[in-house]
Parts: sequence; C-alpha cells; structure tokens
Amino acid sequence: MRPWMIMLALWLPLTAMADEARPVAADPVLEQRMIKLSEDLRCLVCQNESLAGSRADLAQDLRQEIREQMSAGKSDAQVVDYLTQRYGDFVLYKPPVKPLTWLLWFGPFVLLIGAAGSLYAYIKRRGNRLAEVSLSKEEKRRVEALLGNNGNES
Amino acid sequence: MKRFLIPLGIFIVLVGFLAVGLKLDPREVPSPLIGKPAPDFNLALLSDPARQLSPADLRGKVWLFNVWASWCAACREEHPLLLDLARQGGVPIYGMDYKDQPSDAQAVLNRYGNPYVETVVDLDGRAGINYGVYGVPETYVIDRGGIIRYKHIGPVTPDVLNKKILPLVKELQK
Repeated sequence: MRPWMIMLALWLPLTAMADEARPVAADPVLEQRMIKLSEDLRCLVCQNESLAGSRADLAQDLRQEIREQMSAGKSDAQVVDYLTQRYGDFVLYKPPVKPLTWLLWFGPFVLLIGAAGSLYAYIKRRGNRLAEVSLSKEEKRRVEALLGNNGNES
Repeated sequence: MKRFLIPLGIFIVLVGFLAVGLKLDPREVPSPLIGKPAPDFNLALLSDPARQLSPADLRGKVWLFNVWASWCAACREEHPLLLDLARQGGVPIYGMDYKDQPSDAQAVLNRYGNPYVETVVDLDGRAGINYGVYGVPETYVIDRGGIIRYKHIGPVTPDVLNKKILPLVKELQK
C-alpha cells in the first residue's frame, strides 16, 4: 500500500468524528449566548442544577424557548423577564437587590463590620491591660537571680 | 456566667432559624402568577380534538385547573380526591394533560375515572411554561375574573383541600 493511501485511511475516521461534533443549533453564536445566560438560571426541577447543565425535560424546553426568543431578537434582559414572570426570582441564581433581599445582600457586610468592630474593641482593651503590667523592682531582682550570671549568657 | 449567655443566646436564635428552615419545603416556590390573570391558551380537548378550550370560556365561574399527565405517578395519588371533589360538584375541575400522549391520558381516565369537566392537551408543554409549571401535578384556583388566586404544587392532600382550596373557593363563589 502506498503511504498516501495509509495517510488517507488514517485521516478518514477523523472527518467522521468532526461530522458528529457539529453544533446542535444552526447558529453557534446564539447557542453560546443561550448557554451563557442559562448558566445563571436555575432549573426548577433539579434545583441545584443550572438550566444550562440540566438534562431535565423542562430544562430542555426552556432552553428551546430561550433559543427561540433570542433568535426572535429579544435581549437577555427580556428573556430573563419572561422567565421571572412565570417562575419568580427563584430562577435567578443571582437574586435582584430589593427590600426583601437586602438582608441577603448586605447582611454579610453588616456581620463583617460588626465582627471587625468587636475585634478592634477587644484588642484595644487587651492592649490596655497588657501595658499596665510591668515588672516591679523586686520582680526584676528575682528574674536576674533565676537567670544567674546577672542575666548574661553562660 | 454572663460571658456564656451571649453565645448561648446566639446559638438559640440560630437553632430557631435552622428549625424553621428545616420545615420549609424547597419545592414550594412561591408563584409570581398569584393575583395575575390566568395565562391564555387555546388547546384541543382530550375528549374531542376538534374542539378547543380557552380560559376566557370559563369567565364568570370559579374553577380549579389541575395539571397532570399519564406518566406522572404522583398524579395518581391525588386522583381519588379529585374524583370525590367532582362527585360533590362544588367546583368544576378542568385538567391539562401536560406533555403527554393523548391516548395514554385517555387510558388513565378510562381506568381510574374522570374528575375533569374537560381536559385540554398541552402536547409541547408551551402552555405549561406560561403557567410556570415545573412539577406535575399542580393545581390552580382561578376566580370569576380569570385571576389565579392560589397554586398548589404536588399532589393535593385532604388537608390542603379542606383547609386551603375549598374555603378559598367558597369565599370566591360568594
């Protein structure tokens, strides 16, 4: 067999594989946009999975819905609106900032500031206490006696 | 003694929060559709595919909208309760066969009985998406003006029926 034929034989299966890996949607740019958006959306059937990663039936339907709305020219915000109108803010992995979610958004910072404040107060109090402690003459004498050689290294 | 009281207090509050959190069902997502008009659809009837039904046809009466499917095991659980309710005749129940083969759905109704005045067929689940359906069965209470007043996710239990759905229906029918 000639070398070029072997090369061809080796190359042929590769083209077959490349064929299989064709993108699902006709428009790969739109598909990317859809996946990027649905990564931030919750699948309601399996609640700890994103809409992008879930294999649930409903997730597939919703991905299809997003795909169609995007190809109809809707913006990401409009698609998200469409979903929150039906499923509530629960579909968003990143909940919107509103009075109901203030505690969620700002609570950690309040805790952090509170903790930093009390840590500061504690250190300051402890510092004051430590500063007061210094050796009396009697204590200094005992230290020297214990260390021997007037405190010099032997 | 006093230095133990503050951590103990914090701990008790934390346990309180966790205990309440443990009782909440994460599957019960509050529906944003409550208080909003029931989304429109125009779907073929299971009993007669040539005819269609829309929520607009039911204006003027209080009705229950029950989303079910033949592949849904939990739907079989609430089925006897719905049959009972239909027999009492207090409130009409309309069904939606969600993402299902009509022939399978008809077989279920033939075998277990039919509590529905009519069942519409949502083959591709589009109408279901508009109703925010994510787990069948789901049951909606819709008032005379076509406004969704209540949504129950999962099989209807006697408790939910007697304490929530029926009192609400009575209130709305006044």
